[in-house]
Amino acid sequence: MMLLEQILNGLLVGSYYTLLALGLSIIFSLGGVVNLAHGAFYALGAYLTVVITEKLGFSAAFVLSPVIVGILGVIIEILCIRKLYPKDPTLTLLFTMGLAISAEQAFRLMFGASTLPFSIPEFLGGQIHIGQFIYSNYRLAILAVTTTAIAGLWLLFNKTSFGLILRAGVSDVEMVRAMGINVKPILSTVFAIGVGLAAIAGGMSASLMGVHPAMGNEIITAAFVICVLGGLGSFWGVVLAGMFVGVLKGVTALYFPPAAEGSMYALMVLVLIFKPRGLLGQKFARLE
Amino acid sequence: MKDPKNFRFTRKHISRRRVLQTTAAAAGGFAVAQLGFPAIVRAASDTIRIGHITPRSGFLGTLGDYGFRGVNLAVEELNAAGGILGREVDLFTEDSVGSAVAPTKAQKLIERRKVHFLVGEISSGSAGGVMATANRLKTLYMQSGANSDALRGEKCNPYTFHVEACNTMYTKTIGNWQDRSGNVKGKKFYMLTADYAFGHDLARVSTRFLTERGGTVMANELIATGTPDYSPYILKIRDAKPDFVYINLAGGDQTTFLKQYKEFGLTFRVSGGVMDTAGFWGAGLDSITGYWQSLWYHKMPTESSAVFAKAFRDKYKKPPENQAWGDYTAVKIMAAAMNEAKSTDPAKIIPLLESGMTFDIMKPRLGSFRKWDHSLLQEMFIVKVKDRDQMEDKWDIFEIVEATPGADESLEAIQPTMEENPCNMG
Repeated sequence: MMLLEQILNGLLVGSYYTLLALGLSIIFSLGGVVNLAHGAFYALGAYLTVVITEKLGFSAAFVLSPVIVGILGVIIEILCIRKLYPKDPTLTLLFTMGLAISAEQAFRLMFGASTLPFSIPEFLGGQIHIGQFIYSNYRLAILAVTTTAIAGLWLLFNKTSFGLILRAGVSDVEMVRAMGINVKPILSTVFAIGVGLAAIAGGMSASLMGVHPAMGNEIITAAFVICVLGGLGSFWGVVLAGMFVGVLKGVTALYFPPAAEGSMYALMVLVLIFKPRGLLGQKFARLE
Repeated sequence: MKDPKNFRFTRKHISRRRVLQTTAAAAGGFAVAQLGFPAIVRAASDTIRIGHITPRSGFLGTLGDYGFRGVNLAVEELNAAGGILGREVDLFTEDSVGSAVAPTKAQKLIERRKVHFLVGEISSGSAGGVMATANRLKTLYMQSGANSDALRGEKCNPYTFHVEACNTMYTKTIGNWQDRSGNVKGKKFYMLTADYAFGHDLARVSTRFLTERGGTVMANELIATGTPDYSPYILKIRDAKPDFVYINLAGGDQTTFLKQYKEFGLTFRVSGGVMDTAGFWGAGLDSITGYWQSLWYHKMPTESSAVFAKAFRDKYKKPPENQAWGDYTAVKIMAAAMNEAKSTDPAKIIPLLESGMTFDIMKPRLGSFRKWDHSLLQEMFIVKVKDRDQMEDKWDIFEIVEATPGADESLEAIQPTMEENPCNMG
């Protein structure tokens, strides 16, 4: 029973990881940008959720926060990152790293270094009790949001013309351009979706982990590990790896707590030894 | 398509290996960035130079920020009142980051900035390194935030004085209260402990205290700092059915646990070996309850405390936390000692501090340092989480129930004895 409960609880942490890593993965897959500022967008999503909740309530905050972060992402993509696409990819990496550090300090200046108190909204409080089994309503809501986001993304990528262009771009962006398709707005949209997903994860985590300036920095390493573990450019690989890492950490904490934090790194080493492209990584000519 | 030349992807450069390499490099870069840059508030050659070192990032970053603000306010007030020994005060601050970096930062402050004394720290692991550096370089160090008994015991040295209370003091304060209330003898405790020097030390002294008084420690879970999900431990607590959940967690970890414990709706009472007010502020009003031990509180009913709390609130728009009290008090104590000794020479200041010189530490009773381990003899307090309708604002979460030791007791009563925590200054 406890194991089953912990697997479900692990899916919660897996949800944050998955949404973050999916955003990272799609931004990298199409634009070739290793977005080290992804954690900053996650933190921004959390801060906006707190600020907007005070004025308009949690539901409005939960919807508005990723939209605002997405718009900000587009602005940054157009003004800064777009100029760096033609250049050495190390430049985008350095730019996003600088952005991450600046954002963390900006949060510190604006909101202070202290953790902002933010509670689970009343309508999502409480737990489901079935005998000994306990699961909180808030965690259930997070799983529902994550499942919806993953399903929505999959439909967008696989059942729309936008998704067709996007998948073609992931495979060979030069060919997409050669077909006369303007890739710029596609890249901007993908960046907005990616950072918007991070903001959703940030908004969801605010009630359970608190909101503080370094929160993005703390979670970003795990998101990168999951991208590599799932396979660069693989949608389901990232989903699988994200959820699996969440469950693995939780179950390890249940039976052998000292190894909980290290378990995902051990898993990454093992997977990379036997499957260097990650769990479901595809063979992209341009990545070899 | 517009200007395709300016929109060319250089995909040939992005190999899988390259991604892994650059990501690893960036992770290293982040680590370097976390080393932080020193902040120089002011500088001149004939000034009194203070080196402030404390974690400004990570799970102790919130507390470190309060310490930073406290020390800045103290320096500002000292300079407004004519400085120390009539000389202006310069403040140099460093983010100590962690135990691997802190000693190097301390050495830099002493050797390059030529500071007259160091102040700060919160992490017991880092403080041990800073203490060793201060001792080696014969520089005074006012340790203002690290709790481990070992720092006052096996790691003690003549150059370090401890303004922060040690784990035994926190444990005896709450333990004596709970014991008197019938909440120790025959009760079962489930411990959650931060997996580093502070937590190990606190679990050790707490276990000793509780078992000596007839309590049982059912389990002691060692938990990595910064753990995002406490659900595995909460499920184990549910199955173990303890009388008390006993937390030996610090900083942001207290906040995360309290939030998630509330989320699961368990009703076992929560107590602990330490309490950071900032952690409780962060957890939110509906996640906190019960009686706790506190080193200080911004509503302490003393005149000097009210003046400090007002000055802090005016400057920073929020009340001071215990850590702000610690760093502020540490600087004020050293300033008073230097003025009294009419010198910055450690050889004159150490005997003065060891002589029983008393200081207004913004508590009802004056504080002084114990000679044999340099621990500040001071009161601690039992505080009760207020009912929501009695809170004046979101910061007003506690009601002070009593000071401990009581007014007619020796301040030694909550300190570790020489047998419990022997110190050889060497």
